[in-house]
Order: sequence, then structure tokens, then C-alpha cells
Amino acid sequence: MKRTIQFTLNGESVSLETNAERKLLWVLRTDLELTGTKYGCGAGFCGSCTVVVDGKAVRSCVTTLSDVEGARVTTVEGLAEGGRLHALQEAFIEAGGYQCGYCTPGMLMNAYGLLLENPRPSRDEIIEGMENNICRCSAYTRIVEAIELASGATGGSHG
Amino acid sequence: MGDATRMDRRDFVKLLGGGIVVVVNLGPLTLFNTRSPAGFQRGYPEDINAYLHIAQDGTVTLYSGKIEMGQGVMTSLTQMAAEDLSVRLSSMRIVMGDTDTCPWDMGTFGSLSTRMFGPAVRAAAAQARLILTDLGAQRFGVSRDEVVVDNGVVWLKEDRSKHVTYGQLAKGQAITHTVDQKAVLRAVEEFKVMGSSAARLDGHEKVTGAAEYAGDIKLPGMFYARILRPPAHGATLRRVDTSAAEAMTGVRVVNQEGLIACLARDPETAEAALKQVDADFDLPTPSVDTESIFDHLVNNAPPANVEEEAGDLEAGRSACAQTVDTSYYNSYVAHAPLEPHTAVAQFEDGKLTVWSSTQAPFGQQRTLSRELGLDPDNVRVITPYVGGGFGGKVGGLQAEEAARLAMFTGAPVQVAWTRAEEFFYDTFRPAAVIKLESGIDENGRILLWDYHVYGAGSRGSDVFYDIPNRAVQVYGEWGRAPRGLHPFAVGAWRAPAANSNRFAAEQQIDIMAYSAGIDPLEFRLKNTTDKRMIATLETVADAYGWKPAAAPREDGRGRGLACGIDAETYVALIADVTVDTESGAVKVDRIVCAQDMGIVVNPEGARMQMEGCIAMGLGYVFSEEIRFEGGKIIDSNFGTYELARFSWMPKIETVFVSNDDLPPKGGGEPAIINMGAVVANAIFDATGARIRRLPMTPERVLAEIRGA
Repeated sequence: MKRTIQFTLNGESVSLETNAERKLLWVLRTDLELTGTKYGCGAGFCGSCTVVVDGKAVRSCVTTLSDVEGARVTTVEGLAEGGRLHALQEAFIEAGGYQCGYCTPGMLMNAYGLLLENPRPSRDEIIEGMENNICRCSAYTRIVEAIELASGATGGSHG
Repeated sequence: MGDATRMDRRDFVKLLGGGIVVVVNLGPLTLFNTRSPAGFQRGYPEDINAYLHIAQDGTVTLYSGKIEMGQGVMTSLTQMAAEDLSVRLSSMRIVMGDTDTCPWDMGTFGSLSTRMFGPAVRAAAAQARLILTDLGAQRFGVSRDEVVVDNGVVWLKEDRSKHVTYGQLAKGQAITHTVDQKAVLRAVEEFKVMGSSAARLDGHEKVTGAAEYAGDIKLPGMFYARILRPPAHGATLRRVDTSAAEAMTGVRVVNQEGLIACLARDPETAEAALKQVDADFDLPTPSVDTESIFDHLVNNAPPANVEEEAGDLEAGRSACAQTVDTSYYNSYVAHAPLEPHTAVAQFEDGKLTVWSSTQAPFGQQRTLSRELGLDPDNVRVITPYVGGGFGGKVGGLQAEEAARLAMFTGAPVQVAWTRAEEFFYDTFRPAAVIKLESGIDENGRILLWDYHVYGAGSRGSDVFYDIPNRAVQVYGEWGRAPRGLHPFAVGAWRAPAANSNRFAAEQQIDIMAYSAGIDPLEFRLKNTTDKRMIATLETVADAYGWKPAAAPREDGRGRGLACGIDAETYVALIADVTVDTESGAVKVDRIVCAQDMGIVVNPEGARMQMEGCIAMGLGYVFSEEIRFEGGKIIDSNFGTYELARFSWMPKIETVFVSNDDLPPKGGGEPAIINMGAVVANAIFDATGARIRRLPMTPERVLAEIRGA
């Protein structure tokens, strides 16, 4: 059933005339042409499709449009501001927290959500918070280092 | 070599416009492993190995048939070119994996890019530097030795106020130069770009979401396709009814030449339509499953190839003070790249263009032209960033499907496999059995090595210990298994066969060290005279802080050692583990890895590969195992097929054995080959239990602890 769905995407208002039961992942990738958010498993196991909705990291492959109605959605494309990379993006480059790069948007967004909730996480809290994001190239240790770097850089008050 | 492997020089000179083009022809290069499958033995192109273009605006572009899938060759190849051309890395760009503009390449696998393609890139760059030096000298009216080249500028030695940039020199030129012999490369001591950890060229795009993968390409009028799949390999379609799908708005159904697909303007509608397709399949009776596969392999494997033979096994056997006769087992393992196989195809004016996630764009071009009856000149494969490959993206069924659908419908089509399709059509790392009898004399010298490997293949089975009586017999290579040996397709998986072979060999070495009551490091050093291996073992032991002690210590914590050779790189690892003897759960606490890989082009890049190998390896060590009943694959997603995660990560330390006399060797695979044995040896030290089957799940570890 088609209806009008409105939400905020990377700071801008979006209005779509579509089926509210469609998954956010595919709407982002096809209708809105924001392809940074990736399909990895379609079932919430891998985290490649992670975006942040109202300050919380969610799996967009199992999130419907009606779930985000009226919400603030941030994707990897919305992380940099005014052409300036976010501290996490800088840190992923600095620490080498990626290889093939396919899981990277999901890693960044999950980490972004984590830091919104807990700006200065301990190493164990980072590992716990990132546990359900999978990197097959297995850049895990450098991703943890990157998040540590970024949380230090943001001085615990980023948000 | 087919026509598609040759590129007419005039073609790309035309394509590139003016400037200076340097083409390299180093002649046919031989592959490292003559035992690799026949299809991969064709070597490198005989006409053009690489080329560089210096445009009139000074941009230097390297064209390479290689692809970037996370291993970092985009950066390391560019670094090599920048080094020998003497330009800043930032002034270069690279075009990869495009069959229309790049020189033919066999494919990106086997840790070959740096080893085999590197010399061609460096020769092209060195030659380009020479041409530019001469052009600069001409411009100043002096001889070649009166100028110097630095950072893309030719300077007059006498008068530094006189200089000219590469771009200025390239202006108005249309020079094509072929390098027929090895040009003079820069010596290691002169390196400015190579040997340093350059920032990766793909960083910015990958952290902003701008990096384009095949599935991110959207063409006007493009359809997303979902394809009907059988429930098991070997199943045949008995009946299909697509009428309900056809009745859906915005859905186009294709049922042609065995391909049944639902196409729509978004993937969810295509998926919903596919669910409406009513199909019945006839299934063959399963003859083998996850547990019975090992007997099946031994009973059905082809006759052995004798890979190595020396001395007299019988004489060796009777001379031994002790012998050990053991079997080791390894399961089918998936590649599971996070990006599933994806392709976008467009067919226009008789020309097919396919954007594909592939490790072998030229191989795919050949397959597509053959399967679709098109002239290779009319097939272009473009490779965007590839989201992981690990050996699993060499074939290209998805590209063929997209191409067929594009040709049937006349519209561009995207085929992006779901995770379930990715598991179903993966070319798994083959299950394997290794039967191994070995023995030592009373002084701990190995006298006997009688090695039989079924299903996996030869890589990693070579014997670098000094064993007078030895035979290595390989029953079936992964790349040419007879029909029916494996119930589904198998293929190359990061260092194919080596993960199984080292799992067996390095445990066996440890078992003999234990039998002899000798420290495992000392035992290895005592039994090899291979200088590179000795240096690698000593380096890893130093970095770890190894104190001699015979295993097992049996206090719940243990350390293990394992070593091997892969892609001409020597590698040794030491692991510390903690074993929960109540649950059988094992945690790797620390891993130290030493590698002699010759000249290290990009140390940080090489470390990332070593760390990735170690971390990814933990998956096959502890949990990865494809469960199946005949041709039915039971695991279809990460809920049951578990990969390594954040919390599994040990502290990883990587060290290089300095060896700058040796050209760069492989780096993408070596560190993964010993992961099974190094952990198994540590578990033995911790518990006294030997785990001979991968993966070493808690249940299997517990069973062995209780039985030990």
C-alpha cells in the first residue's frame, strides 16, 4: 500500500510516495541513490547496512520505512560535514581500519552510534559494541584502534 | 594465447591521446607453481605486461589488469611505478581491471600481483624515466649525465634554475616506447616511495561511501533481477508456473534457455515476484554428507601424483626409533566475501559491457564471449572495487546471468546474489583428508615422511625439513577434481590446499618433537638446514620471547609454533591460547608472526595482510564448516556459518625478516596457512589433547580433552 513517508536523511527532509513496508536499505540504495550503505546478509547478521536512526545504530536491511517515519536517519554519506571528514573517518584511514572497504560504511556507522551513546568507551566496550559487525578481511584490531583514536580525538563530547 | 590477450599498441595510443606511452614486454613469465591447475598455467601475457602514460598535463597513469579487493595492490603497484619514475605518489593515478584499456592479465590471485606484475611496472617506470631524462637533456642541449631527475622534474645539474617538468616534456609528444629488456631499476638504498608505508589510495573513497562496487552502478532503465534457484546441486526442474509473478505490476519474467528470472525496478519487487514463482524440482538422493565425506574422499579420489620422493620409505621406517601414524581432516569452507557476486550488464549496438565483482576480468571476458557467442572485441568487463574475493571471485556465473538477461530484455540488468545464493554457488575450499606416517631416530632426527593428501591438492605439502626418506602423494588437485569427488563446486580459497596441508604437517612435526621430548622450536631447527626457514623461526622466537620447554604443560594455557612456505614467502607463527577445559572453548590470546617476503614494498600494507590472514584464519580454525546433505547446502547465512569476530581477536604482532636481496614475494596468503596447526599445537600444550579435525569447535576440543 503506497503512502507518503517523511523522514530526515543526513540533515535534509525526504518525502517518499511508496510502500511503508519496504526496507530502508533498498530505498536508500535504489530510490535515494545513496549506495554507501551495503547489503551483506539481508538478515541483520553482518552489519554492512548499518545506519544511525535517532542516535542509535540500526540494521537498515531489517528496518522498514514505517520504522523511520519522522526520524532522523544518518548514513555514511552524512558523516562528513561540509567536506570535512568525521573524526571516525579520519581515524579509519589513519589506523588502516579497512581493506576491501565493503563493510566499512557499516563499521563507521555502528561506531558512530556507539560513540553517541558512550563517547569514551573502553577497549572492551568497543569490542562489545562492535561485536556483531563482521569484517571478512578481518581488519578488526585496526578498527578498534581507529575507534579508540576517534573517541580520544572527539574529547568525549562528540555528538 | 587467444586474441583477447593481445592489445594492439595503436588501439590504446589512440585511446589515450597524446603524451608518452611506455609499454613493457618482458617476454613470457613463468608462474611460481607449475603444479597449479592447467587453466592457470598459461603464464603472463607474451606481448604487453604493463604500460604507463604520461599525459600532456603531467598526469601519470598506470594501467593494470589487476583488481583491488582489499589487498592493497592499488597502492603498492602505484608506489612501485612512482619509485622508478621518480614522481610523487600523489601525482599518479591507476586504472585497474578494465578489459578495454588495461593490458591482459590472468587474474588477481595466488599472491602474484607484487611478485609477477611488479617487475613489469617497475621496468615501465624506469624506462619512462630514461625517456624523460633524455627529452630533458635534449631541451637543455646537454648530455644525459648532465641532468638529474627528481619528483617529476628534470634539472640541469650545473644550474638548478633550469628545470622542466614531465608534463612540459610530454606536451606535443606522441611517443610510444617498448621496453624489451629489463631497464635499470632503482636500488633498495635509493628507494623513496617503495619500502615506506604510503597512505592507501582508496582510503578517502572507502570511508565516505563513495567507493563504487558493482552493485552501486545504476544505469538508466536498469532492471534488478532475482533468479530461480534449485534447492540442491544436481536438482532438475520438473515444473514451473510463473503466471502469478507475471501478473504483478512492474514485473517482467524471463524464462529462456534455462534461466528463470523476475525483473523489476527495485530488488524487493523482484524478490517478491520470485516468491510467487511456483516450481517443483526432482532431487537426487544424497550420497554423502558432512560426516561421511572423509571416507568418500579417500575411496573416490583419483590416483596419486607423486609430488616428492627421496630415499626409501621402508628402510626409513625400520630405521626409526619411533613412528607416528595419524590422519587429519578438514571441512568445506566458504569464501563469504561481504560483497556477494554482483554484476551489471548492458548490451548496446552489439557490444556487451559488464561491471563485475571479479578477480579475473579478462577470464570473464573470455567466458562471456564464448558463452554468449560474441566476439571478444565486443565484450568489455570493467571491474570497480571488489568487496573481498579470497579466491572465490574467479569464476563469473553472475556476470553471465546479467549478460544473458540484458541480451534477452534489451535493457541493462543488475544481478546481485543474495547471501543464500552466495553460499549456494560458492566454490568452497575442498574438504580434505591427510594420512601421514613419520618417524624419528633416537636423537630426534626425522627419518621418515610418508604423506598422502586427498581432496585438497599439493600447495603447502612441500617438505622443507631434511628428511632422507620421504614421499608426498597428492590424490586430486582442487582445480581438477574428478566429477563426483566433491558434491558441489570447489575452488581456490586463500592459499588453496596449503591450509589443510600445513594443519597436518606442522602438527605431525609437533607430535614428533613431543615423542622425542624436545622443545618444538629446537626440534624444527634441528631438522632443517634451510637458511630462510631458520632465520624466520629465530625471528619469530625472538619477537615472542621463546623459552625452551617441551610440550605439553597442561595448565589450561599453552603456546604453539608452526611454520611454512607459501608464494615464496617464509612464515612462522607462535600462538598463546587459553582453553576452558569445561566447555572446550579456546581463546587465542596472542599471536606473533614473522615473515621473510623479500623486499617489503609497503610495510604497513604487508602487516595489514598478515593481520587479516591471522584474524580470518581464526574462522576456519574454530567455526567455519559448510554443512551439507549431498548437493543441499544447509548453511545459507551468517546465523549458522560463523566468521571470526571482534571478540575473537588476539593481540597480533607482526615482524619482518629483513631480506632486501630478494625481490618482493607474496604477501596476501602466507600468514593464513599455519593457523590450524599453530592453534592445535597450543591446545596440545595447554591440555595434552590433539585436535585433528578442522574446525576445532568446542565440542570437538572437549571430546579430545575427555579422551586424552
